Amino acid sequence: MQEAIINKAKQLLADGTVDRVIGWKRGEFAYDITPAVFGSAEEIDADFVYDDFTSANVSKYLVKETKKEGKVLVFLKPCDTYSLNQLTKEHRVDREKVYVVGIPGGPKLDIEKIKAKGISGILSVKNENYTLKIETIYGEETMPFSEAILDKCASCKSKKHVVYDELIGEDGEVLESNRFDMVEQLENMTAEERYNFWREQLSKCIRCNACRNVCPACTCEKCVFDNPESGVENKAASDSFEENMFHIIRAFHVAGRCTDCGECSRVCPQNIPLHLLNRKFIKDINSLYGEYQAGEDTTSRAPLTDYTFDDCEASIVHERGVE
Amino acid sequence: MQRIGVFVCHCGTNIAATVDVKAVAEALGHEPGVVISQDYQYMCSESGQNLVKNAIKEHNLTGVVICSCSPRMHENTFRKAAAAAGLNPYLVEIANIREQCSWIHKDIATASEKAIILGRAAIAKVHLNAPLIAGESPVAKRALVIGGGIAGIQTALDIAEAGFDVDIVEKQPTIGGKMAQIDKTFPTLDCAACILTPKMVEASQNEKIHIHSFSEVTDVKGFVGNFTVTIKKKARFVDETKCTGCGLCTEKCPMKKVPNEFNMGLDNRTAVYIPFAQAVPKVATIDPNYCMMLKNGKCGVCSKVCSVGAIDYKQQDRFIEEKYGAIVVATGFNPIKLDKYDEFAYNQSPDVVTSLELERLMNAAGPNGGTLLRPSDKTHPHKIVFVQCVGSRCDDSKGKPYCSKICCMYTAKHAMLIREKYPDTEVYVFYIDVRTPGKNFDEFYRRAVEQYNVHYIKGMVGKVTPKSDGKLAVQASDLLSNEQLHIDADMVVLAAAIEPDKTARPLATMLTTQMDTNDFFTEAHPKLRPVESATAGIFLSGACQGPKDIPETVAQASAAAAKAIGLLCKNSITCNPCVAHSNELMCNGCSSCEKVCPYGAITYIDKEFRMPDRTTAIRRVASVNPAVCQGCGACTVACPSGAMDLNGFSNSQIMAEVDAICK
Repeated sequence: MQEAIINKAKQLLADGTVDRVIGWKRGEFAYDITPAVFGSAEEIDADFVYDDFTSANVSKYLVKETKKEGKVLVFLKPCDTYSLNQLTKEHRVDREKVYVVGIPGGPKLDIEKIKAKGISGILSVKNENYTLKIETIYGEETMPFSEAILDKCASCKSKKHVVYDELIGEDGEVLESNRFDMVEQLENMTAEERYNFWREQLSKCIRCNACRNVCPACTCEKCVFDNPESGVENKAASDSFEENMFHIIRAFHVAGRCTDCGECSRVCPQNIPLHLLNRKFIKDINSLYGEYQAGEDTTSRAPLTDYTFDDCEASIVHERGVE
Repeated sequence: MQRIGVFVCHCGTNIAATVDVKAVAEALGHEPGVVISQDYQYMCSESGQNLVKNAIKEHNLTGVVICSCSPRMHENTFRKAAAAAGLNPYLVEIANIREQCSWIHKDIATASEKAIILGRAAIAKVHLNAPLIAGESPVAKRALVIGGGIAGIQTALDIAEAGFDVDIVEKQPTIGGKMAQIDKTFPTLDCAACILTPKMVEASQNEKIHIHSFSEVTDVKGFVGNFTVTIKKKARFVDETKCTGCGLCTEKCPMKKVPNEFNMGLDNRTAVYIPFAQAVPKVATIDPNYCMMLKNGKCGVCSKVCSVGAIDYKQQDRFIEEKYGAIVVATGFNPIKLDKYDEFAYNQSPDVVTSLELERLMNAAGPNGGTLLRPSDKTHPHKIVFVQCVGSRCDDSKGKPYCSKICCMYTAKHAMLIREKYPDTEVYVFYIDVRTPGKNFDEFYRRAVEQYNVHYIKGMVGKVTPKSDGKLAVQASDLLSNEQLHIDADMVVLAAAIEPDKTARPLATMLTTQMDTNDFFTEAHPKLRPVESATAGIFLSGACQGPKDIPETVAQASAAAAKAIGLLCKNSITCNPCVAHSNELMCNGCSSCEKVCPYGAITYIDKEFRMPDRTTAIRRVASVNPAVCQGCGACTVACPSGAMDLNGFSNSQIMAEVDAICK
C-alpha cells in the first residue's frame, strides 16, 4: 500500500495536478507516525511512510494548507473523509484546492496496547499474517494483531469514502458498529456513579491540549480557551472541578459537528476516553432528532442548528435529562 | 471609575414582606463601584423615580441598578427616568427581586440573601454595560389576518375601515368559518347566515381587503412592522379571475359522491364544488382527491360546460410574498374528534350526532332542507337526549381540562328551537352545571326550562346503546333525585368540546408566538394585554386564544384590530439597540450563526485581513444587519468561537453575572 500511495503522490506532483502532498513521516520511534507536508518527489522518497501505525487524520491540516497558493494532495482513510466534508461544510477548507485520494482504512495499531503487554524497547513492529513480530532491544516478541488494534478502529462506523477525487483500492460500506455500547453502559449508571467515573477520568487530564489541537472540529481562529475576552480562558486553571469542565465545554462546542473520528482519545497521553463524551451527544442527537452523521455530506443542515416542525419539544429533551 | 447607584424597591409589601430591603440596600452598598444604595417604598412612583434621577445628577452616576419587579414591568420606566436625568438608558439594569425572589420564597433570611445575590449579579453586569443608541425602522402599512372566520372578518373590516390594506388568508375555499355552519345564534335566535353573510360581502367588496381563500401561510420572516410572509395559494384548478360562480360545473360534475364537509359529511357534494350558496369568493374549487380528470385524465365535463373557460386542470400551487406591519392570528377552533367516546355510540349509530352536525341537520341549507330528521331513517325524532361536556372539563387524557364555554348556551338554543318547531318532541339535557354568565344568557336558559319545558337533568349519561328497533337506549343518572334513568331516545346530541385548530401549531412556531398546553395562543398578559401575543406585532383574535362565543369573538376581533391599527399608524418604530455583532478577527466563517438566525439578519462577506506575519489574507466573516437583527441571541450561543456577541447581553456580561452569583 505504501508503494502505491507514494507512486500516486509522485505521479500527481509530476503531472502538475498538485503542488504539495500531505502525508506522514516517521517520528522519533518507529511507531511514531506523524503528519507531514511534502513538496517534491525527493522528499517523498526520503521520508513518506504509510503503515499499520499511520492512523493520524490529516484532514485538519487542510485548513491551513488550502489558505496557501496551489493545490494540495491529501490521502484520506474513510473516517477522515467525514472530517473533510464537515470542514468543507463549515467553509474552513477550500475544497477546490484539495485533491483527495481515498485510501483503505484500518484497523490500525495502538502502540499503547502493545506496551501494555509489558513489551518495551520497541524497535519495529511487523504484521505477518495477523501476528505481530515485535523487534525490541531485548529480543523478538509476538502478539496477535487483533489484540493491538486502536479502540476507534475496533468500533469503526464506516469503510465508505464520503468524498474523494480518486481511490486506491476498493470503496467499502457504512458499517453496523458497536460504538454506542460504552455510552449505554454509562447511561445505565446512577448519576453518582457516572459523576465519579468522569471525575476520575477527567482528573487525569494534564491540559496538554492534544485533543483540541488534533480535533478536526476544533479549528476556531481563536479558541475560547486561549481568548482572554471570553472570560473562561483562566477558569480551567482555577480549581480541579473547573479543570474537568474543559472537556465538557469542548464536547459541547463540537456537538453536532463531531464526526466521531476518534482522534481525541487516540492522542490523549493520559488515555482518557474523551470520544465517549462526543458519542453521548451523537447518540442523543440521533434519538431526539433522527439519525444524523456529521460529515456525511456538505449540504444537509445539522440538527442542532436547524429547526423542523417535527423536532421534539424542549420538554421531551428535558424529561430525558432528568433522572 | 464606575459610580453605580443601587435602588431597592419595597413594592409595598410585595417585596418588603419577604425580603429585608434595608439589609439588601446596606449589603449592596458595599459592592465595588457602588456609591449610593437606597431603598424606597414604591420606586416606580413619581417620587421614587425622582430619587433615581436626583441620585444620577448628584452622584454623577455611570450606572444604575434597580432591585424591583420583572424588567417586563418597569424596565422602560426606569430607562426613561435615567434618560431624563442625562444617563444613557441602557446603563440601567433591573434585578428582579419580586417575581424571581420575594414571591417564590417564604423565609425572609433566604429571600434576603437571594435578593442580595441577584443585586450583585446586576451590579456585575452594569459594570460592563455600554451606552447604546436605538435606531428606527419603518412600518409596512399593511396587515395580515390569518383565518377568515367571523374573528378574522371583523378584524379585517376594522383595520380596513381605518384606511389600511388588509390581507385575509383562509385555508378553506371560502371565508365564513364555523359561524357560516351555524343555524341560529344565541341569545337572540337570529339566523347566523343573515348576520354573517353581509359581513362576508362587505369584506369582499372593501377595496382595502384582499382575500386569499384556499391559501396558507408557509413562512414568516422579519419582526414587528416588517414581517415578510410567504402565502401558498393552493391550486383550486379554477381561474379565480374568470369564474363567475354560476355553478353549472357543480351541476354537471359526474362525481357526486364526495362527503360534503360543509354539512359535516351528512350529505354529498360534487368533486368540483362551491361550499355554500353565499360563499366568498363565489368561485368553484376542484377537489383533486375525487376529480376523475385530475386522477386519471378521464372526464373533463366541467371544462366543457364552463362558458368562461375558467377550469384549469394544470394549475399549480402558487406562492406569493408580501410585507406586513402587523399580523393578526384568527385561526379559530374545531370540535374535538369523538372516536374515543365509545360509550356514546358515536361511531356506531348515525343518530348520535355532534352539536355542529345538529346545526346542519336543522339548517335550511343542510342535508334535509331544514326539517329535523333522523340521519338513519329520515323519520321525525320524538325523543332527543343532549349530553353536555363531552370532552370538556375532563380530567383524563380523552378530553380537555377546560370548559368549552359555548356548549351550555347552544344546547339551550337547540333544545328551545326543537321544542318550538316540533312541540311533540321531548328533549332531555344532561349537564354537570349549566353555565350562563353573559348578557341575557341566564334568561335565555330559563326560557328553555320554564317556557319550553326542556327536561334539564343534572347528571351524566353513562352509556348509549343502539337497539334493534332503531332506538338508542340511554342509561344515565339523575344526581338530584339519585336514581338511574333509562330513556329510549331517537337521537342523541353530543356537545363535543372545542379545541384550537390543529394547523395553528406550526403557525405559532413560524410566528415565534407561544401556545399553552392546550394549543391556545397565549396572550401577552391575561388581564392587561389580552389581544396581544408576547411577540411584538402579532395579535390574537377569536377562539384561537381561548373558547369564545360570537359576541366575545367579535369584541376581541375589534380589540385586536385596534391594536394593529395603533401599530400601523406609526411611520416608524424604535428598534432594539441590543443587537448582535461579530468580532471579525475571531469569526471562523462557519455559517453556524446564519443557520440559526430566525430573522435572516446574518450574511457573509469575504474580507481582506492583515495577518500577524504582515501578509494579507481573504477571510469569510459574518456580518449582521442591525436593522433586521432582533437581539434574540441565538447566534451567540451557536458561535463556536464566541465571535458573535450581543449588545447589552454580551458573553462577558453574562459570565460576570454568573460569577457574581456563584461567588
